[in-house]
Amino acid sequence: MVDAAFLALSVITIGSAIAALELRSLIYGSIALMGTLGGVAGFFLLLDSPFVALFQIAVYVGSIAVLILFTVMLVKRELIFKKIEDPKRKWAGIGLMLIFMVAIGAIILDSGLKSVTTDEPPVDFREIGDDFLTYYWPALILMALILAGSVTGALVLARREDEISG
Amino acid sequence: MGNELIDFVIVSVALLAIGIYGLSVKRNAIRMLFAIEIIINAANLNLVAFGRFIPHSGGQTLALFSIAIAAAEVAVGLSLIIVAYRMYKNIDIADFRSLKG
Repeated sequence: MVDAAFLALSVITIGSAIAALELRSLIYGSIALMGTLGGVAGFFLLLDSPFVALFQIAVYVGSIAVLILFTVMLVKRELIFKKIEDPKRKWAGIGLMLIFMVAIGAIILDSGLKSVTTDEPPVDFREIGDDFLTYYWPALILMALILAGSVTGALVLARREDEISG
Repeated sequence: MGNELIDFVIVSVALLAIGIYGLSVKRNAIRMLFAIEIIINAANLNLVAFGRFIPHSGGQTLALFSIAIAAAEVAVGLSLIIVAYRMYKNIDIADFRSLKG
C-alpha cells in the first residue's frame, strides 16, 4: 500500500497540474507549474533517486519555471488575464482526458505490473556517472552540442531586428 | 519500500491525460507549453519508476538526458512565442495563421 508521503505528493502534483492549466492568471499558472515540477522531484526522492531529483529541481524549478515567468512578464497585461480557449472544445477535451485515463488505467491495471515489487537496493549514483562516461559518452557530447545550439538559436530568434543598426 | 510500481505508473497516466487535455483545449501558446512540460514530466516519472523496480541505472540516465533536452526545447519554444507575440501582438495560436494556405 502507498504511504502518506506518496498520497500528499500525488495530490500536490496532480492538483497543481490542473491549476497550472485552469487558473485565470498566467503568473499563478506558472507558479502552479512549479508545484507540479517540485512534486515530480519528490516522487524521484521516493524512488531512491536523489541525483535525478536534485537535477529536476535545479533545471526545472530553478531555470525553466523562471524562464516561463519572465516570458509571461513580457506579454501584455490583458493577455495574461484573458482566458483563451474554445468553450465548445472544452467538454470534448475533458471527455478525451477521462476516456484516456480510464482506458490506459484499465490496461495497466489489467497487465502484470500490479505484482511488481522489489527488495533489491537502489541504484547508486556512481553507476549513473559510469554510464555517462562509458556507454553513453557520444550521447553526452551530442546533448552538449544540442544545448549550445538551442541556446544560440533562442538568442538569435528573440533578437530585435530594429536594434541591430543602432 | 511501501510504494509499488503501479502507483507511480497511475500518477504518470493521470499527468499525461491532464497534459493531453491542455494541449487539445487551450489556445494560449504559453499554456500549451505548460501542457507539454507536464507530459514530459510524466514520461520522466515513468522512466525513473521502471528503472528503480528493475533495478537498472539506465532509467535514471535516460531521465537525465530527457530533462536536459526538455530544457533546450523550452528555450527555443519560449523564444518562438516571443517572436510570434512581437509579430501578431497576441499569444492566441488561432491568430498565427500567415503560413495557412
